Amino acid sequence: MAEDATDFVPGQLAVDEWLALYRTMLLIRRTEERLVKLYAAGKIVGACHTYIGEEAVAAGVCAHLRPDDVVFSTHRGHGHALAKGVPPHEIIAELLGRATGCSGGRGGSMHLFKPEIGFMGSSGIVGPSITLAAGGGYAAKLLGSDRVSVAFFGDGAVNNGAFHEGLTMAAAWDLPVLFVCENNLYATEVPFAEVSRNPSVADRGRAYGMPGVEVDGNDVLAVHAAAGEAIARARAGQGPTLLECKTYRTRAHAEGMRDIGYRSPQEVAAWRERCPIQRFQQVLSAAGVAADALEALDAEVRSLVEEAAAFAEASPWPEPSTVTRYVYSQE
Amino acid sequence: MRDLMFVEAAREGLAEEMARDPRIFVIGEGIGARGGNFNTTTGLFERYGPMRLRDAPIAERGFTALCTGAAAAGARPVVDFMFIDFLSDAFGDLFNQTAKLQWMSGGRIKMPIVLRGCVGVWPGNGAHHSGNYYPFFVHIPGFRVVVPTTPADAKGLLKTALRCDDPVLFLEHKGVLTLRGPVPDGEHLVPFGQAAVRRSGKDLTIFAIAFMVHRALEAAEILAQEGIEAEVIDPRTLAPLDIETVLASVHKTGRLLVVDEDFAPCGMAAEVAVQVMERGFDDLDAPVRRLTGLPVPAPYSPALFEPVTPGAMAIALAARELLAE
Repeated sequence: MAEDATDFVPGQLAVDEWLALYRTMLLIRRTEERLVKLYAAGKIVGACHTYIGEEAVAAGVCAHLRPDDVVFSTHRGHGHALAKGVPPHEIIAELLGRATGCSGGRGGSMHLFKPEIGFMGSSGIVGPSITLAAGGGYAAKLLGSDRVSVAFFGDGAVNNGAFHEGLTMAAAWDLPVLFVCENNLYATEVPFAEVSRNPSVADRGRAYGMPGVEVDGNDVLAVHAAAGEAIARARAGQGPTLLECKTYRTRAHAEGMRDIGYRSPQEVAAWRERCPIQRFQQVLSAAGVAADALEALDAEVRSLVEEAAAFAEASPWPEPSTVTRYVYSQE
Repeated sequence: MRDLMFVEAAREGLAEEMARDPRIFVIGEGIGARGGNFNTTTGLFERYGPMRLRDAPIAERGFTALCTGAAAAGARPVVDFMFIDFLSDAFGDLFNQTAKLQWMSGGRIKMPIVLRGCVGVWPGNGAHHSGNYYPFFVHIPGFRVVVPTTPADAKGLLKTALRCDDPVLFLEHKGVLTLRGPVPDGEHLVPFGQAAVRRSGKDLTIFAIAFMVHRALEAAEILAQEGIEAEVIDPRTLAPLDIETVLASVHKTGRLLVVDEDFAPCGMAAEVAVQVMERGFDDLDAPVRRLTGLPVPAPYSPALFEPVTPGAMAIALAARELLAE
């Protein structure tokens, strides 16, 4: 690998940081490709919403986060969890309903938790990630820490009241929060354009008195740069930012669902051409990173994911009698 | 012992706990410099400032969820919602997030959040300021539900709520806010799940909720003049519910009247009745009797208001009927 690769690419990132971003995206993609197969094999007992096509957003944002920063995620949350550091073993095991899953089999895809490293949950309800993250920011400020709080949400949540209330309060009180809208153009299968007269989400930032930034969500360096600036502002006590990442999910809303009637195959194909991983691979190659190095990284990730899947499939089921535990704190 | 008003006693409990634990903050409309619609925070803003006494926009769903996120991330919020009717926009997040996060995270996320404010049907308050709604929260696994009726309990139960790692609904009936009563000096904590026998008697048991405890005590006075000795039980907390104290009383009296100003269907009175039927059937000399509020939204006019909630005379009448069975 070219040690002087940075010389070829504008920006401040060192080559190991690029490769870390690339690896995170690959880890998300390969894990989800494995989940797709497990779903097809009937081994995933509930919903599975893939993030395929949107990996640059989670990778670019979470690269700036520390383990004590908190992330509140969505129903499409595998990518956020992996980028925040939840091991693929625990995610696959969770979707298989096993005791070794990151939520002990209690939640599945939409209820992934690893609060020890600040992953505060994916969610089956659209909207609350925004207001909960505002609360994560409130706690950080109250406790006098420089932690930040991140909300991931889709364009669908923008039209939910939680968006209005969460952004209103975060801005009013200068909370250290990054609101990351993954605008993949469809709220489930309803086009955002059909239910929003203003097509820009970033534009709405102004209405709440906070910066609104739009980036190409399939360009990991663009996401990384914009998120870095916003998170630095938040850590410095300068308040929240709304970051709109224009992106696209190239698979159906959820595995097993029909993907017709609301978008054209041509549109999907065009977005597949804009795959964030392939695009970044081209950037890395142009920067002089050897193809061998990228292939080696992919091989390492594939092997990790295979190991994770094997671990998950060999894992025990949770003990049925434990289902009543933790309804209350002292149990 | 000092003689304090209910709201003063609760505020003393809040002030003591805020001094003890810097993670506690209060959020609500007008709870900052103004001190709260019901004087819940009077004098605290001057001491602790806006980060811990946070005036909120009229966004109950938003600030309740914000507090849920803050609790998950290490703070100990108090939502001062004024009237529980105002909290109704937040029910979705309360049921889906606040109540479930501990369980969903396998106990790794704690949820130390206190949701406090008024409940109760009260003259002139009308249909949007008179909710009780506690059965909803008792129904959902994860909540603690507190219904204090005396100044001493207001302080002692609020302090326990503020130290609890679970979400607590602390519901202050409008009928008790201005009551005065003795409050112990020094540290005073009242545990959850321990009912209080407010009056002893051998002829029947009256289990009453929130303000109905006071109406039941009035009724017991009337009955005493007729030679009927009613035992009056105040549950203090509805979740957890101290059914043991009720069973012990029914073992003695053989008759149970449950008085609840809230609606009957799927309500607390039904829950108490069925638990006593399941575990105390052999002690019962008559079917458990429910006396509840009329199933209508709360009316405004005094003429319409009077029949809506059980009064002392109605309770005494129901007690006599139960004794005649």
